[in-house]
Amino acid sequence: MGTMRTGRTPPRVGDGPFFRRILIGIVLILGAFLILAPLLIIGVEAFAKGWQVYRDTILHPDTRHAIMLTVLTALVAVPVNTAFGIAAAWAVTKFDFRGKAFLLVVIEIPFSVSPIVAGVAYLFVYGLQGLFGPTLDAYGIKILFAIPGIILASMFVTAPFVARELIPLMQSQGRDLEEAATSLGASGWRTFFSVTLPNIKWALLYGVVLCNARVMGEFGAVSVVSGNIRGQTNTLPLHIELLYHDYQAAGAFASASILALIAVFTIIAKVALERRGAGRVRPAVNPAEKTA
Amino acid sequence: MRRNVLPGLRLSLGVTLLYVSLIVVLPLAALVFKAASLGPADYWQIVSSSRALASYRVTVLAALAATFFNLFFGLALAWVLVRYRFPGKRIVDAMVDLPFALPTAVAGISLTALFTTNGVFGSILGDFGIKVAYTPLGIMIAMCFTSLPFIVRTVQPVLEDLDPSLEEAAQSLGGSDWAIFRKVILPLLTPALLAGVSLSFARSLGEFGAIIFIAGNQPMSTEITALLIFIRLEEYDYQAAAAIASVLLLAAFLMLGFTNWLQARALRYTARG
Repeated sequence: MGTMRTGRTPPRVGDGPFFRRILIGIVLILGAFLILAPLLIIGVEAFAKGWQVYRDTILHPDTRHAIMLTVLTALVAVPVNTAFGIAAAWAVTKFDFRGKAFLLVVIEIPFSVSPIVAGVAYLFVYGLQGLFGPTLDAYGIKILFAIPGIILASMFVTAPFVARELIPLMQSQGRDLEEAATSLGASGWRTFFSVTLPNIKWALLYGVVLCNARVMGEFGAVSVVSGNIRGQTNTLPLHIELLYHDYQAAGAFASASILALIAVFTIIAKVALERRGAGRVRPAVNPAEKTA
Repeated sequence: MRRNVLPGLRLSLGVTLLYVSLIVVLPLAALVFKAASLGPADYWQIVSSSRALASYRVTVLAALAATFFNLFFGLALAWVLVRYRFPGKRIVDAMVDLPFALPTAVAGISLTALFTTNGVFGSILGDFGIKVAYTPLGIMIAMCFTSLPFIVRTVQPVLEDLDPSLEEAAQSLGGSDWAIFRKVILPLLTPALLAGVSLSFARSLGEFGAIIFIAGNQPMSTEITALLIFIRLEEYDYQAAAAIASVLLLAAFLMLGFTNWLQARALRYTARG
């Protein structure tokens, strides 16, 4: 970006006015069809039956319960994954140990695994036909088809979000500042809070925002482990599916409009945090990309 | 190896290993264990049943088509965002992340609303005899939506860092724009494009929420593999669910291995200068 000097630079490849206009036109039209239209249609459909139906859906006890459950899941899963992300980033970037590359791959696994596969996998740990299910059942502990299962599945799906933002950044920052702080007598926690944290705060917040968006919107994994009990184990995305299949399209879109609003706020927060430098340092996938 | 003076190795590594083991490794191991408990003959019978094979076919073909489309659209989008100035560019740039931020179930119902025969796009396409909702084409469009940001976001930083002097040199040698793009720019973008393609394809293989609303979900034609797993669960056929889920898991690991191999190769290339 820094090399771009407008006014003086000679035309680069693809700068011909005809090609330029055509390409911008194609991209904007396709983008409007594929990205903008799905967002706009949510608003249109949500109010298709009028403001009253919208209000009734949002205020319905089942919807309110779904919102509460979604918020509760995020309140547990996001802080836990944040703590994990910080611990993982600290371990991986401040120390050398054997198997580090392997650990990095394992942390990334949830990104590649289908949410349905994740849900099924949890079934075989805590379900009645799983490893611990019969034992847990004997003690009357319910994890699956209950809130703990929803939270655990959400934690799996979003486990890498914070770590992924912190690791490349902390890698690029090195260890010198922390080593200086500890050699001057600062404790580990003091070093983290006064030296490391100020340098990573925007990237950390960036990871938290993205993690939260994914937790609140998770559908596949949660639909396997929740049991879809209306008014009990339905998160907001599951509630949307239920209304939709109940032929209450307006209600489904009204509930969806809440999640769409959260998505828009997530994007605004993302842009604001990127202006402060978050999300900029990425693991190199290309020789042309700077590694340091 | 330098001596380490920093504290916190035991605590941070301990927390990391414990969490990764309990949250990530244990469930996946349980799934593999369950699938393995079937025995080779039964396992093979389930994963190669005609309904399972049909689900792999529609999933893989739709994912390939969606990735192919996104390869061009994603590259064009990244190119336009990096190279040109136009009003609303920053909004377009931000909107590229919408498919990541919008929950898949929400994307699923809104794409369906657009593309059913009474929908805004569906009714127009219907006049031309094209049916999208409840056909494999609908599956492809849902996959296009959810995986578009991968290619844009992997190519964009590489395009930004591209050295203009390379193009200038090629231009001074009299190369046409198309020739320079093909012989100078495209080779530099290829690793990022490949990384984006593999991420996009992997995501499409496992996608569930955005697809099931628009897919029609007819066995043997529009039933994706992730849905077949879900159906087996609802039928309480846990072993079949485990077996088919293990196939998707294997595909995910293959894609993860491929992406990591690409990254390692790119890093080695950088080290050589």
